Amino acid sequence: MRGFGKYALYVYAVITFSFLLIPIAYTVGFSFNDARRTNIIWRGFTFENWVTVCDAPNVCEALGNSILVAVVATALATTLGTMIAIALVRYRFRFRSATTLLLFLPMATPEVVLGAGLAAQFLTAGVEKGLVTVILAHTMFCVSFVVVTVRARVATLDPALEEAGRDLYASPAQVFWRITFPLLIPGIVAAALLSFALSFDDFIITNFNAGAAMTFPRYIYTAAARGIPAQANVIASAVFFFAIALVLMSQVGGALRRRKLART
Amino acid sequence: MAFGAFQSNASTAAQPSGALVTQRKSPIALLLLLPGVLYLILFFLTPLLSLVLTSFQAPVPGGFAGDYETAFQWQNYTVVLETYWPHISRSFVYALLATVFALMIGYPIAYVIGVKLREYPLWQALALVLVIAPFFISFLLRTIAWKQIFADEGILMSALKGLQVIPPDAYFTGTPAAVIFGLTYNFIPFMTLPIYTSLEKLDLRYLEAGGDLYAHPATVFWKITIPLSLPGILSGTLLTFIPAAGDYINASRDFLGSTDTQMIGNVIEANFLILQNFPAAAALSLLLMAAILVLVTAYVKRSGTDELL
Amino acid sequence: MLEASAPVRGFADAGADLSLVNVSKRFPGFTAVDDLSLEIPAGSFFALLGPSGCGKTTTLRLVAGLEEPTAGSILIGGKDVTLAKSHQRPVNTVFQSYALFPHMSIMENVAFGLRRRRIDNADTLAREALDLVELAHLAHRKPSQLSGGQQQRVALARAVVNRPALLLLDEPLGALDLKLRRQMQLELKEIQSEVGLTFLHVTHDQEEAMTMADTVAVMNQGRIEQMGAPVELYELPKTAFVATFLGQSNLFTGKVGNSTSDTMTISAAGVGITVPLSRAHVHRGTVTVGIRPEKVALHRHKPADGNRTVLGPGRVLDASFSGVSTQYLVAVPGYADVTVFSQNTSESDSARNGDEVYVSWSPDHAFGLSDHPVGDSGKFAADTDTGSLAVAERERLEAELEES
Repeated sequence: MRGFGKYALYVYAVITFSFLLIPIAYTVGFSFNDARRTNIIWRGFTFENWVTVCDAPNVCEALGNSILVAVVATALATTLGTMIAIALVRYRFRFRSATTLLLFLPMATPEVVLGAGLAAQFLTAGVEKGLVTVILAHTMFCVSFVVVTVRARVATLDPALEEAGRDLYASPAQVFWRITFPLLIPGIVAAALLSFALSFDDFIITNFNAGAAMTFPRYIYTAAARGIPAQANVIASAVFFFAIALVLMSQVGGALRRRKLART
Repeated sequence: MAFGAFQSNASTAAQPSGALVTQRKSPIALLLLLPGVLYLILFFLTPLLSLVLTSFQAPVPGGFAGDYETAFQWQNYTVVLETYWPHISRSFVYALLATVFALMIGYPIAYVIGVKLREYPLWQALALVLVIAPFFISFLLRTIAWKQIFADEGILMSALKGLQVIPPDAYFTGTPAAVIFGLTYNFIPFMTLPIYTSLEKLDLRYLEAGGDLYAHPATVFWKITIPLSLPGILSGTLLTFIPAAGDYINASRDFLGSTDTQMIGNVIEANFLILQNFPAAAALSLLLMAAILVLVTAYVKRSGTDELL
Repeated sequence: MLEASAPVRGFADAGADLSLVNVSKRFPGFTAVDDLSLEIPAGSFFALLGPSGCGKTTTLRLVAGLEEPTAGSILIGGKDVTLAKSHQRPVNTVFQSYALFPHMSIMENVAFGLRRRRIDNADTLAREALDLVELAHLAHRKPSQLSGGQQQRVALARAVVNRPALLLLDEPLGALDLKLRRQMQLELKEIQSEVGLTFLHVTHDQEEAMTMADTVAVMNQGRIEQMGAPVELYELPKTAFVATFLGQSNLFTGKVGNSTSDTMTISAAGVGITVPLSRAHVHRGTVTVGIRPEKVALHRHKPADGNRTVLGPGRVLDASFSGVSTQYLVAVPGYADVTVFSQNTSESDSARNGDEVYVSWSPDHAFGLSDHPVGDSGKFAADTDTGSLAVAERERLEAELEES
C-alpha cells in the first residue's frame, strides 16, 4: 500500500488530463459524424464533412475573416508592444508606473467591459462596426500580452552584449539591428503567436464590435441556438491539429535539445 | 504568468558580472513608447471614459429606443443595482467557486509537471502541451461539447439514469452546477500555468532542508511549498477570477445555463445588444469593474505582494 | 603580427597613453570615482587594483566611454575624448562576462569591430587574431559551444584584432580555474609586449596585478591610494589600506620619541621600534609603522643581535603549517598580535601553540605610513560587497522616486 501513495499523484494527473481532453475528443469525433442540420446525435462515421467543408453557408467566410483579423491585429500589436517592451526595460523615463498601469489594466478588465466600452465609443463616434473595428479592438487587448512576453525576453538579454557592441564601434542603430533585435526574435515570435491565438479565439469583444461581420467564433455562437454544422467541427479540428503540431514540435524540440546538452 | 512578469520593475539591471548598469535616459524612449501608449489611450482609456459618460445618460424624451442624450442621471446606477443585484452576487459566487475548484484541481497538476517531472524534460514538455491543448479548440465549441455530453437525452445521462445513480427526472444542463462546472473547466489552464511557473523554479533543496529539520511531509508542503509558490497561486487566481466573473457564455441559455443562471455578463450583453439600454449596460460594466478592482486590491494587499504593479 | 590596413579612424600603430584629469563620477547617493588623476604611459601594462566597490570598474567604464564622467576630462594619446561616445574612441574592452554575441559564430564575433569600421579583408585579420589565440580551427562554432577558457580567448582576440590604442580588461580571468588563469596571465603579457598595446587591467586579485603589471594603482573608495611598481607598493606601502590590502602587515602605532639624522623611533609599551627616515612619510607626532610578516623572525630565546628590533617574550597563539612556510600568530603583551611567516628551513626556529617565543626584525625592512589604520572591525572582515549593494539599492529607490 505504501507504493500507492507515490503513484497517486501520477494517477490523478492522468485522470485530469483525460478530463481536460474530453471536449476536444468530442469535437473532433463529431466532425466525422454523418450529421444533417444539427450535429447532436451520432449517426455514423463519414469523411464527408471534411471534404465538403465549405458547403455549410458562411463557415469558410467566417474562418477567412478570423484569419485576416488575427494577422493584421498581430502585426500591429506585435510592433507596438515590442517597442514598448524595449523602452520599459532599457530606458528610464517619467510616468513609468502610470505606463505600467495602463498596460496592466486591459488584462485585468473583464472582456464584457472592454467590448461594451469600445462599442459605446464607436457608437458615439459614428463609426460603423465591421471588420475594421474588430481589428482595432483586437490590437488593443493584444498589445498588453505582447509587452509582457517580449519584456520577459528583453530582461534576459545581457546588457553587456550591447555595451560590447558599442565598444566595438557599432553606432546605436547598428547595435539595435545587429545585436538586440536578432536576440529578441524568439520572444517576438512567441508574442506574435500568443497574440494570434488570442485574436483568433476571441468572442466577447468581437461580438460587441463586429456589427454584421462574421468571425469564426461569432459564427459558432450564432449557430449554437439552431445547431452547429459539422463543418465547423472540421475547421476547429483542423486548427487544433495544426496548432498542436506546431507546439509539439517546438516544445519537444526544445526538450530534446536540453536533454542533449545535459548529456554532453 | 502575466502578472508575475510585471514584478521586477527595477530601474537598474544587474549584469551577470555583478556590476550594476543604470538605464539610459534618452528621447528614444519616448519615440518607442508613444505609438503604443497613444493607441491604448485612444482604444482603452477613452472607451472607459465613454462608458462613464454613457452610464449617466438619460433617454431622449419622446425619442426612439436607443436614443440617449448626455445627462447626469446617476439614478441609472441605483436602478441597475436594484434590478440586477441577484445577477451580480450570483456572478461573484460562481466565479469564486470556479476559482476555488480550479485551484484544487490545477495545483496538483502544476506540482506534478513542475516538480515531479523535472528530470524528464520530454514528459514535462508533453504534459504542458496537454494542459494548453484545450486552448486550441474554440472555447465556444468546448462548452457546446459539454452541453451535448450532459444533455438530458444524451448517452451519459441516460446511462446514469439507467443505472439508477440519479433519479429519472434529473437534469444537469441549465443548473448552476453546470455553469460552475463549465467555468471551472475553462479556466483550469489559466490556473495551472502560473502555478507551474512558480513551482518550476522551486529549489527542491528547501524541501530537503525542511525534512532535515524534522518536518513531516505534510508540514513541508503547507509551510514551505505553498508559501514559495504563492506568486503563482496569486497570478492564477486573478487570471481565473477576473474573466470568470465577467463570463457569459457558460451561463447563457444556449450553452450550459438557463434563465435562472444569468450572470452579469449576460445582462450587460442583453442590455447593450438587444435592449439597446446603453446607460444600463455601461453602469453595470463599471460596477463590475469597480467591484473587481476593489476585491483584487484587497486580495493582493492581504497576500503581501504589492509587487504586482 | 597584426596590421590594420588603412584604419578608418586613424588609430595609432602602437599603444597610446592615457590621461585622467580630476575625473569624478557621482551617482545619486554615492560617489564612485572621486577626483581621480592618472597617467598611463603608452605601451605599458597598468593594473587597477582594489576591493569590490572601490570604483575600479567604474573608472574602466569611464575610459571605455560606457559612462560619462560627472567632472574632469579623459585624454587618449593627447586627444580629449571626454565627450566622445564609446564607438568613437580607439578603445576596446575585454568584458568580465566576455559578452560574446551568442547568435554569431566566433569568427563573426572577432570580425565585428573590423566590419563596423569598414576595414578591408576583415576576414583575414579576424583569422589572424584567432590564430594568435590558437582557436582558428573552431572559427565557425558559436560561443555556447566553447569552454570558459576558450571564450575568454575569443573575447581577447575580438578586442585585440582592432589594434586599439588602449585595451581595457575588466577582471577577465575571474571565471577561470587556477591553472588556466596562470596560463592566460602569461599569454596576455606576451601578447601585450608583442603587439605593443597599452593595457589597463582591472582586478581585485593582487597576485595577478603584481605579476602582470608594470605599474599598479591601488584604489579605495573612488580614490587612488598609491601607485607605482609592484615592488615599490609592496615594500613601501604609503597607507594602512595598501599595507593591509596588498599582502599582510603588522602595524604599530606610537609617538615619535628619539630621532637621529637618518632614523626615527616610536615607543610603544617601553620598546622602541626604529624606522629609517627614508622609509617613513611622517616624522613627528603619532605615527603608524609596520613590518611585513615574512621579514619577522621567530626565536625560542632572546636574540643577542643589538641591531634588530626585538619584541617579547610572547606566546604562540596559533601555528599553521602550509608546506612552504608556517604562519605563526604571537601574542606580545602591550601590542596587538604579531603575524610571522617563517620559511620551513632547518635554520629557522619552530614553535608550537603555547610556546614562549621572541620575534625580531631588521629596522631596514620597517616602513612608516602616512595615516593610521581604521578601528578594529571585529572578527569577521567588513563586507564591502553588501555595503556597496545596499548603497546601490538606495540609489535605485531614489531614482525611482525621482521619476514617478
